[in-house]
Amino acid sequence: MTKMLAQRDYYGKALRELAQRENVVVLDADLAGSTKTLEFYKACPERFVEVGIAEQNMIGIASGLAAEGKTVFASTFGVFASGRCWEQIRLGVAYPELNVKIVATHCGISVGEDGASHQALEDMSIMRSLPNMVVISPADAYMTYAATLAIADYDGPVYMRLGRSPVPVISEEEDIFEIGKARVLSEGSDVTLIGTGQLTHVCLKAAEELRKEGISAEVIDVSTIKPLDGKTILGSVGKTGCAVTAEEHSIIGGLGSAVAELLSEEYPAPLQRVGTRDMFGESGKPDELFVKYGLTSADIAEAARTSINKKR
Amino acid sequence: MIHLAETEADLKIIANKLRTHVIEMTSAAGSGHPGGSLSSADLMAALYFRVMNHRPEEPDWEGRDRFVLSKGHVAPILYASLAEAGYFPVEELLTLRKINSRLQGHPVKGRLPGVEMSTGSLGQGLSMAAGMALAAKIDGKKHNVYCLLGDGELQSGMNWEAAMFSSHYKLNNLIAFVDRNSLQISGDTEDVVSIEPLAAKWKAFGWRVKTIDGHNIKKILSACAWAGKAKDRPTVLILKTIKGSGVSFMENNADFHGKSCNPEEMECAERELKEAMERCK
Repeated sequence: MTKMLAQRDYYGKALRELAQRENVVVLDADLAGSTKTLEFYKACPERFVEVGIAEQNMIGIASGLAAEGKTVFASTFGVFASGRCWEQIRLGVAYPELNVKIVATHCGISVGEDGASHQALEDMSIMRSLPNMVVISPADAYMTYAATLAIADYDGPVYMRLGRSPVPVISEEEDIFEIGKARVLSEGSDVTLIGTGQLTHVCLKAAEELRKEGISAEVIDVSTIKPLDGKTILGSVGKTGCAVTAEEHSIIGGLGSAVAELLSEEYPAPLQRVGTRDMFGESGKPDELFVKYGLTSADIAEAARTSINKKR
Repeated sequence: MIHLAETEADLKIIANKLRTHVIEMTSAAGSGHPGGSLSSADLMAALYFRVMNHRPEEPDWEGRDRFVLSKGHVAPILYASLAEAGYFPVEELLTLRKINSRLQGHPVKGRLPGVEMSTGSLGQGLSMAAGMALAAKIDGKKHNVYCLLGDGELQSGMNWEAAMFSSHYKLNNLIAFVDRNSLQISGDTEDVVSIEPLAAKWKAFGWRVKTIDGHNIKKILSACAWAGKAKDRPTVLILKTIKGSGVSFMENNADFHGKSCNPEEMECAERELKEAMERCK
């Protein structure tokens, strides 16, 4: 039985640990109970700042705090964290390279019943386009914990996207997170499946299904979308000759685009992108939405077959 | 150490020297925003040569008062103030807006000593200043954070988020100025989208408010002293000013919001400012 844990719970757990560091300040916009920054508040109320429903101001406050040497974590839902205050992040965080970590929860279509207004499917795209911004999308809860500690040690702007619901655990609790480093989770020779966030787990599942057909798939977890670990990806595609990307995000501008840019410049090879296709989501159960929007292991396996067939 | 101006007349001379720099640097650049730079010249002279505690030779000195230029398009007056105070050579002012210059069209944190924050996209500086003021509170530091706002920029909602936040967190170390010159690109603020009643708005957001003549050095100094005595609230000083102040043909002329002087205009402006400085001696 696969263990299921929510990324945001482990974000809260890591923040609780970071409360011991005196220069860490955590901001939230009236969603502390949902984003789990409340855990930091419980451990260190004097360095938790509630800004209310004012995300633009939250980022401005974060800029000012970081300019004074604080390591700032600012959290809210992905749609608001990336969209509502994008230009505040651009001017006040990315441009002056300030030490602000924007950690967005409730990203992707698995937000479910709340519907499209709350399903961030563009956030990696718009964050990736900002100079100086590191973009991270951990695969599971343990990696989220490790990534939170890793970004606290990194001096500069970071956007990290997390989901709402429990997702399968594919890492070990003691695994460490290296910014900018992809992990080869299982080796194969016919196709490279490149996943990010909870879609990495779905890639592993697709690889199992493909194995039954005699197709050998290599699975890579790309939890840092920017800077992209080109070496690991090119090493794998150089071996398999084709690839599939999978993300709980639009195929425009996220992981799929990043890998397409890399391959087209460095090693042109067939690539199929699994993700939402230039459309908004809708209300429904996460599982139902994954089926409707083409994010299941069957969709990834089908994309793998297509990619293999396009090899010259 | 910075040479503090002894008298109000000295400060007025400095203000006009800053104005002269603004005219010359924007003319050399062939672009820039002289109008709003001139309207805030008297305040900037008072801040950098009397009110603020700072060390140009040690720009990152922890105990310094911070200044955030929310109306970042008037970068010329900030650069002129910093150069005159000794943060960098005055000659460098003429590189404004030119390729490879540290004097970017709008201020950039980390590029030039004395610039505390990147600004230029209006509406954001007060939040940034509030964050700095909050950091000082968390660390138990005693310095003040000053923030200069444009009046047209107050049409942006983020200012009012910051205003609400700052009074809620009792940021008595935050002092904002509104350069109330009444003109924005498209004309009178009250015709574009009215921001009045301005003092009442700030008051309703929990701030201490005073409206003064923004070209009267004596009034600026006493209002700043009053602002420094805040106990549990932030303070805003609404400075009634004249856009283009100090140069007759630029005064109340919205054309000079974002346009520099041609050579003839520059000569005339320099002459007027020189005469004004002579009168102060």
